[in-house]
Parts: sequence; C-alpha cells; structure tokens
Amino acid sequence: MARKLLLQHENVPGINTFDVYRKNGGYASVEKALKSMTPDEVMEEVKKSGLRGRGGAGFPAGMKWSFLDRKSEKPRYLVCNADESEPGTFKDRYLMEKIPHLLIEGMITSSYSLGANTSYIYVRGEYMYVIRILEKAIEEAYAAGFLGKNILGTNYSLDLFVQPGGGAYICGEETALLESLEGKRGNPRLKPPFPAIAGLYASPTVVNNVETIAAVVPIVNQGGDEYAKIGIGKSTGTKLISASGHINKPGVYEIELGLPVEEFIYSEEYCGGIWKGRKMKAVVAGGSSVPILPTDLILKTAKGEQRLMTYESLSDGGFVSGTMLGSGGFIVLDETACIVQHLHTFARFYHHESCGQCSPCREGTGWMEKVIHRIEHGHGHQGDIDLLVDVAKKIEGNTICPLGDAAAWPVASAIRHFREEFEYHIKYPEKVKNPKHFELEPFVSEKSLVTA
Amino acid sequence: MNEVEKIEFSKEAKALSERIIKRYPEGRQKSALLPLLHLAQAEFGGWLSVPTMDYVASILNIKPIEVYEVASFYSMFNLNPVGNCLIEVCRTGPCMLRGANDIIEHIENKLGIKEGETTPDGKFTLKTVECLGSCGTAPMLQCGADYHENLTNEKVDELLDKLGASGKRSSYMWSLKENNR
Repeated sequence: MARKLLLQHENVPGINTFDVYRKNGGYASVEKALKSMTPDEVMEEVKKSGLRGRGGAGFPAGMKWSFLDRKSEKPRYLVCNADESEPGTFKDRYLMEKIPHLLIEGMITSSYSLGANTSYIYVRGEYMYVIRILEKAIEEAYAAGFLGKNILGTNYSLDLFVQPGGGAYICGEETALLESLEGKRGNPRLKPPFPAIAGLYASPTVVNNVETIAAVVPIVNQGGDEYAKIGIGKSTGTKLISASGHINKPGVYEIELGLPVEEFIYSEEYCGGIWKGRKMKAVVAGGSSVPILPTDLILKTAKGEQRLMTYESLSDGGFVSGTMLGSGGFIVLDETACIVQHLHTFARFYHHESCGQCSPCREGTGWMEKVIHRIEHGHGHQGDIDLLVDVAKKIEGNTICPLGDAAAWPVASAIRHFREEFEYHIKYPEKVKNPKHFELEPFVSEKSLVTA
Repeated sequence: MNEVEKIEFSKEAKALSERIIKRYPEGRQKSALLPLLHLAQAEFGGWLSVPTMDYVASILNIKPIEVYEVASFYSMFNLNPVGNCLIEVCRTGPCMLRGANDIIEHIENKLGIKEGETTPDGKFTLKTVECLGSCGTAPMLQCGADYHENLTNEKVDELLDKLGASGKRSSYMWSLKENNR
C-alpha cells in the first residue's frame, strides 16, 4: 500500500468534525509551528520538501513563498485557490468535503509562516455545500482557539474567511481570482507586478491551491526532508489524482509520485482497468488543458521508457510525444470514444470560459469551437483541420493569461495524435451524423488496414 | 418607483449581509459583491433584476454599473427569471463520456422542454453547464446547492418527481444563510 499523507484518515467516521480530527493528530502542525518554530523556519521546511504547486502549474511552493514582499508595510494575505474548475479535476472538492480541517490547519500554519493575519479561501460558487462544510469547520476551529486572537496563547492572530465565487473557470488563474475577491469581473491582470508584491488590495499576497496548503501540514509535522524522500527527483511527495472517464473505479486517489501510469490505470488499488472489458484509446493525464496522448504514448515515452506519474516523466518528449501532470485530472477514453466529440466539449468549455479580455482567445476559442462542431457533425470542409492548427497556433502565447494556451493545447494535440479521426469525419459525413458513431462502429485506422 | 422601493432584504438576510461586509478591510466593502449577489438572488426569486442589482449597489455604496458588469460575467447569476427548480446538467468531457447527453435528452423528453427553456407551469428550468467538478461521479446535475451524481434515467425520474411535488424554490444559498459569523 502506498503511503498517504493527506487522505490517511479519509474513512475515519466523523473526521470532518474538529474533535475526531484532533484525536487523529490534527492541528499538531499549528502547535509545532507556533510554539517551536519561527515563520522562516516553517518556510525552510516547505522549501526543503520540494513541494510543487498542486493546482496545475507545478511551481515550487517554498520559492513562491520566498518571493513575498516582507519589507512592505502593508498587511500580507494568504489566499487559498479552491476555484477548482479544470475539467477532470475534483480532488480539492473531495479533500474539503471529507477532511475540511486539514485545509484549515494548513491555512493557519501557512498564514503564520507568511505573516498573514487575514486569510481567505476562495471556493468556486457551485461548491456551495462545501462552503457550508468549511464554515462549520472554521467555527469549530475558532471555538477551540485555533483561530482568532492570540492563537494557543501566542502573539499570533488569524481570521479566516470563505469567499464564494460566481461560476467562472478563469478565476482559478490567480490574478483573476484576486480581482474576483475584490468584487470585480475575473479578468486576469498583467504581470508584473506579481501577487507576491501587489496582490489582494495591492498588498503582498500568496495564492496557493487547496492541496498545496494541505500538504504543508505533513511537511511541518515530519520535516521537509522526510517529505522529500517520497517521489522521484523534483517530483516529491504524494499527489491527489482525480480519475474519471471510461474506467472501472473513478474517484480520488492519493499516489506517491513515481507510480507507473500503467499501474495506476490497471491496478485494483486505483482505476481498476477499463470498463466493460474494452480497450483504452487515449488519456488526458492532467486536466482538460494538457495534451491528450494515445495509449502507446501514455504508457511508454517515445524513447520506450515506462511512463511514470511525475512532472518530468509525463512531460518527457515535450508536446511532440509527451503531456503534463497538470492538476492531476486523469481522464481515460476507451476505444468507442470519439476524439473529435470529446475535443468539442473542451473547445466549447474554453469558449464559454474565456474572459474576453484578449482578442486571440476571445475570438479564437469561438472559431475553434465552431469548426470542431461542424467536423463532428459531418459538415467539415477540406482544410478545416489545418485551419484549426493555425488558429490554435495564433492563440498560444499571445494572451495575458494561460487560458489561451490551455484552449490551444488540447486542439493541437488531438490533431497531432489523432489526425486520421478528423479526416474520417470529413470523409464519411453520413456516418458521423449519428452521435454514437464510434460506439456502433469503432474507429479503425485505414493506414493500419493497408499495412496489414 | 414603487417597485424599486419594495426591494429590501429580510431582517435575517440584512444581518447576514452586514456580517459578510465585515469580513473585508475598511474601504474594501466591494469584496462583498459576489456573496451579496448570491444572497440577493436567493431573496428575490432566483434571479437578479435591475432593481435588485441597484439595491445591492446601494448597500455597498458602489455604482450600479459595477454590479451589472459583475453579475453579467459570472454564470451562476441569472439575469432573467428562472423556474422554481433550476436544473443544471454538466456536459463537459468526462460527463459526456459517461452519458451526459443521454441524460439531457431524457430530461428534455420528460419535461417537454429544450435546454434553456422553462416549463409552462414555471416549475423547472433546464440549463446545461460546464464542468462542475464531479467527473468521478458522472453523469451529474446540480439543483440549488445539491449535487445529484451517478445519474441514471430512473434516478432522474425520481428526482424530478420529488422536486416537482415539493414546490420549493431551489437556491444555492442555504449555506450562507445558516452561517453565524
């Protein structure tokens, strides 16, 4: 069995309550940090742990903390990014729903290290029932003296609030989130200045994902060195993976980084293999934004090495033959899935979620959605595939925030690896007019027929 | 003008709105806009009319346009009336792979409306939405604050019958209303 650092108590009855959580060792990191460590010592442990941002970008968390402007006279803020909206990702919701106190404990310990006396957890509005769970847990933490004035009799005070979003994927981008928290539209800001210098209310701010903040708890408890022993190279510790799609056991799994992808998909401990006894066609390994890979490339790199669940192994081969660990949203497609149909839902998603600030993204996402829609429904033209590649290229790298890239990558990668399926749609418009075309008649590469 | 004057939070909503505004530093009361819009939507029939938004602007002492531009940006705010139960079905990739399109078709047939429409009796509005973070329990739908997951046609029938009979208005907001801080 793999070691678990975040979810080890997920099945303890009542673990969502303060008393049970406390009895199982909860809030030890707050006691340890506030009573025996300086704020900088806490940050040193986070640095040593090698913890990387778990929201998707994978930026080293300790380094992000170290950028915080500590000379400024303005108040500092820690804002937790719980705006989980990347299609295929639902780990933060699971963690907050099951073990809300783990996040709150992480918020207290992290806020102490950063010198923040007011912190916010920005939760996507649709998770309103999760907000209720968090608010209840926060009330319990106040009552027990872990929040409020002079926590545990020390000089340190912290107020913690939950902020609901309004339904906008873009608010997962940290500067859009801060705009939203200030009561504005979620338009990402131009950087620099980065939030570490001018974030919430133009004050020094750190924005971290739910899982990142939760991971601070075991890091402080056992020490950063101990945490760094798990994993491979620069991929240290454990990671929550949200597994969905055509597998036998969808759900949230905590894995040790370094687990072989093949084991994750086929072992009974995790996904339990492909449903209905079918074969796997493709995997989106890190949330909707990352490149989709066909079966052969997700199990092995282009060099023939076993693909592992690490930041480095998944991105081996760059975008030619690799992908990204991203948010850990692991979506599996079986042999009956239509790549074009699946891609259309993502293209529609990004068009819907573009904030409209930058024209390449605002216009380009709409174009991509329309062109993919017509290909999928049997109205595709010759030249549409190259048009898509061209539009994707023109969005990528030309926008203020990464949403443009996130919209372009799935399109570019689907065409790179499954171009024949797009061509099939244009060649056989009558066949694809039935939305279940590949369920009725699974796609077979005509190239493979010729070579056979 | 009479219409405008009638718009006012209930006593408990007013008290909650005051507590919410105190969560932010002095002079930053605009940060309360999203929570207050959720509250206003729950208080005033499940959608935000212009007078409702003007009322929220007056509470926060900001210009009405600052409210309109925000309300129109976020997908959870309805700028037109909706039925008693707003049924929001996720249809993004992972849900689509597990049969969301069949569920949407089933609901459309059962209610006799297309997505985006409201039943003539005003009981249901059907909406399709983008990923709600429930991919491991797909297909799913949201009604008010509740997630209904691992849907089958039978489960949908049971749910719609129950919701239709209850006559209650669905609302995202029950959580903040119970909040004591």
